[in-house]
Amino acid sequence: MAEQRVVVIGGGLAGLAATMRLAESGRTVDLLSLGPVKRSHSVCAQGGINAVNAVTRQLGDSEWKHFDDTVYGGDFLQHQPPVKEMCDWGPKIIDLLDRLGVMFNRTPEGHRDYRRFGGTLFPRTAFAGATTGQQLLYALDEQVRWWETENRVYKHEMAEFLGPVIDEQGICRGVVAQDTCTMVIRAFPADAVVLATGGCGLIFGKSTNSMACTGAANARAYRAGVHYANGEFVQVHPTAIPAADKLRLMSESARGEGGRVWVPRDPKDARSAREIPDGERWYFLEERYPQYGNLVPRDIATREIFSVCREGYSVDPHGYAVYLDLTHIPRADLDRKLAGILEIYEKFQGVDPRDEPMKIFPGVHYTMGGLWCGYEVDPHTGGLKIGAPANQMTNIPGLYAIGEADYQYHGANRLGANSLLSCIFAGLIVSPSINAYLGNLSRKTAADSPSSLFEHEVERHQEAEHRLRNATGHENPYTIHRELGETMTRDVTVVRHNKNIAETLSTLDELTDRYRHVRLSDAADWANQHLAFTRALGDMLELAKAIAKGALLRDECRGAHYKPEFEIPGPDATDQDTLRRQARQWCERFRARNEQWLKTTVAEYHPAGPAIRYEEVDTSLIPPRPRTYGLKGAGVIDDVWKVMEAERSTAEQRYMGSAGAPQ
Amino acid sequence: MPRFVTLTIQRQDRPETRRYWQTFCIPYVEQMNVISCLQAIAADPTTADGEATTPVAWDCNCLEEVCGACSMNINGRVRQACTALVDALLEENPNEIRLEPMSKFPIVRDLIVDRSRMFDALKRVRAWIPVDGYYHIGPGPRISPRQQEEAYPLTRCMTCGCCLEACPQINNASDFIGAAAISQVILFNDHPTGKLIAHERLDAIMEPGGITECGNAQNCVKVCPKDIPLTDSIAKAGRQTSIHAITRWLSR
Repeated sequence: MAEQRVVVIGGGLAGLAATMRLAESGRTVDLLSLGPVKRSHSVCAQGGINAVNAVTRQLGDSEWKHFDDTVYGGDFLQHQPPVKEMCDWGPKIIDLLDRLGVMFNRTPEGHRDYRRFGGTLFPRTAFAGATTGQQLLYALDEQVRWWETENRVYKHEMAEFLGPVIDEQGICRGVVAQDTCTMVIRAFPADAVVLATGGCGLIFGKSTNSMACTGAANARAYRAGVHYANGEFVQVHPTAIPAADKLRLMSESARGEGGRVWVPRDPKDARSAREIPDGERWYFLEERYPQYGNLVPRDIATREIFSVCREGYSVDPHGYAVYLDLTHIPRADLDRKLAGILEIYEKFQGVDPRDEPMKIFPGVHYTMGGLWCGYEVDPHTGGLKIGAPANQMTNIPGLYAIGEADYQYHGANRLGANSLLSCIFAGLIVSPSINAYLGNLSRKTAADSPSSLFEHEVERHQEAEHRLRNATGHENPYTIHRELGETMTRDVTVVRHNKNIAETLSTLDELTDRYRHVRLSDAADWANQHLAFTRALGDMLELAKAIAKGALLRDECRGAHYKPEFEIPGPDATDQDTLRRQARQWCERFRARNEQWLKTTVAEYHPAGPAIRYEEVDTSLIPPRPRTYGLKGAGVIDDVWKVMEAERSTAEQRYMGSAGAPQ
Repeated sequence: MPRFVTLTIQRQDRPETRRYWQTFCIPYVEQMNVISCLQAIAADPTTADGEATTPVAWDCNCLEEVCGACSMNINGRVRQACTALVDALLEENPNEIRLEPMSKFPIVRDLIVDRSRMFDALKRVRAWIPVDGYYHIGPGPRISPRQQEEAYPLTRCMTCGCCLEACPQINNASDFIGAAAISQVILFNDHPTGKLIAHERLDAIMEPGGITECGNAQNCVKVCPKDIPLTDSIAKAGRQTSIHAITRWLSR
């Protein structure tokens, strides 16, 4: 029998973590990537990686609290067992990265230093300067390079994934990929395939994502039958630097280190930022959210900045922007902790943020939704059963999804510095799951599958490419992409209205029609980037439909998905009795909303448009509760909710106690 | 403020075909960089003479100068295209912006080159921490803030290739490994766990093409987009190899 092989698509943090762990377990891995893995988008993560640590523990922190912050921040839309397991692994993962040589910042005594990030009250975030993602990616890249020299890993770093190969039993038997230089399309037979293919920011035109983040690979899996879950949940980062080619991220760590967001109290104030005295500045986040201040969760910060600008307070005469101010922090501290990100601002804007407040505005940043994948619970811990074949496996047997490409860990909103953790965690745990799956695989290996299976798929992709290459239309793919980005950013990001989303869906259909008449300006059969981009555009359009349709159907506000029409107004009465009555009504409406909408959106691909259905969310560990950061009447809602939950559990106990009892 | 930006670009369709030059004229936008110019050409590949052509091929990914992909020669100097701001380039030369691929690597197409020799070099010098495995066995070594501050700049090397492009010792007559890999030797040799195989890395850079090929031109440190103290690393590597050579000789 031939050796069983594993193909990993994508060499970011998740893909590299999976590759090195698979190699360690004795597997041979083919690692496919669009470019050298060292250039993957993970390098852009700036702030850090979360885990409970010795200091936070003594402040009252625990893995459970990290878990609670994560599901509360995600508005309870995540299945809880995988999230619990991830938070339990946090400290172990940081130890591993530390051993792999990541140059985390240090305390004077030589321990790892931690900072505070959004959505928590504990300093849980380990960091390496302001380039944590780069440092983490390099550490894993180095390990994988070592495995290459041991002939356990074979890298194919100019390979574009075109689709999975699925046999007549519905089992994944490999992939088809194209060499981006020679343009040769070939099959890679494999007994298990891991998609670690990141997010889809480019669907929104300009975003904080890298140019490779088209989401095309995920769309290709979706079009081949993998379910796409919670697509409508897209994180818009509150602080990006607007520019012509992309939106550059200004890390949350700028606020974590004391950065303050403000606009002049007088919207007509024409003075430069430094001339405006403190009393005439409106620190709107600090004023509205006294507990979290500038470190409110991302979706809230984003909406606040967005609406302050819409109300006319923008500090940029040509567009929307607010100030993010670090100038009150000593230069030496800024240089030590934030040099990397401040350098970005300086290099791209030509202004030193140590002297002048930065101008920032929200930008599309992270894809919480993604390829559907499963898990198995360990009944003893409530977390995951590590090594269960189902963990991270999509609905196609043998096809796994990890990292930003999956939908598992962040629910309706991701907390800062949790993405690096989720990527590495999923990468590490997918290896024992794959090994268990391969051990159970009853039939022969993929290499023994009939060669016609692979030949047929290769031909199908060759024909599709041939059609695209010889298309004789008149539409420019870049124009279609620009329009796609505009409609998605305008109507399917920060504030969503059903009327507008419905219009976007018909725009997407129009764009799809126009896409059929696209014309290529390059017919070369060598390093043809134009062809690759145009092909990806077709896939982006399909994924955009799943995102927009999910957003249209979900009539509620949850995390990053905000529909003002369905907002439950907070209690605002001045007398206590009315206030409590209003809070009770609020809680009842909230509970009814949860009964209807605390569900995973699952999109299945159909050529005519996505079919959406809903699945129950596993909230077995922490009962959902109102997410009231900064909500008007938050205190009274929290109180009333506790009372109502207590009443309910008494009622439940009474009912359960009477069930089956003698009459 | 100019209304148009003129770019003259060296092109080559395939590795075996001849080079040629094309000029493009694109509308000026505020805060443009070389990437946004190339994006504009991709969207409308027409030369300044109005002739339809193919889009210019180039490498890029993050556009935040942290992935290392978009190195090229811009107005004769090697740098990252994403941080090459048009306003600043027009101050250097108000007439045009000149783009050429890096010359020290095999050309793939237009501005894309093949930098695999740099990744191979990282294998040669064993640029990794030789850990026992990935099971949980506690934290890594304790590291002082000073050590961290010394190592951190070296960890930011993105294998972009600027230092090799600028180095006179990288040429057809030499197989010099280049500053980037030597600097990684120092990064890992100075790490408490990494130093356990320091001798293997030093052996590697004492082979032909190793540190003795460095001609001390110091161009590398001038062009490094991340200001990595490459010449300090080379000097340290020189000292470490000297000591290593003596101990190796004494223990024979």
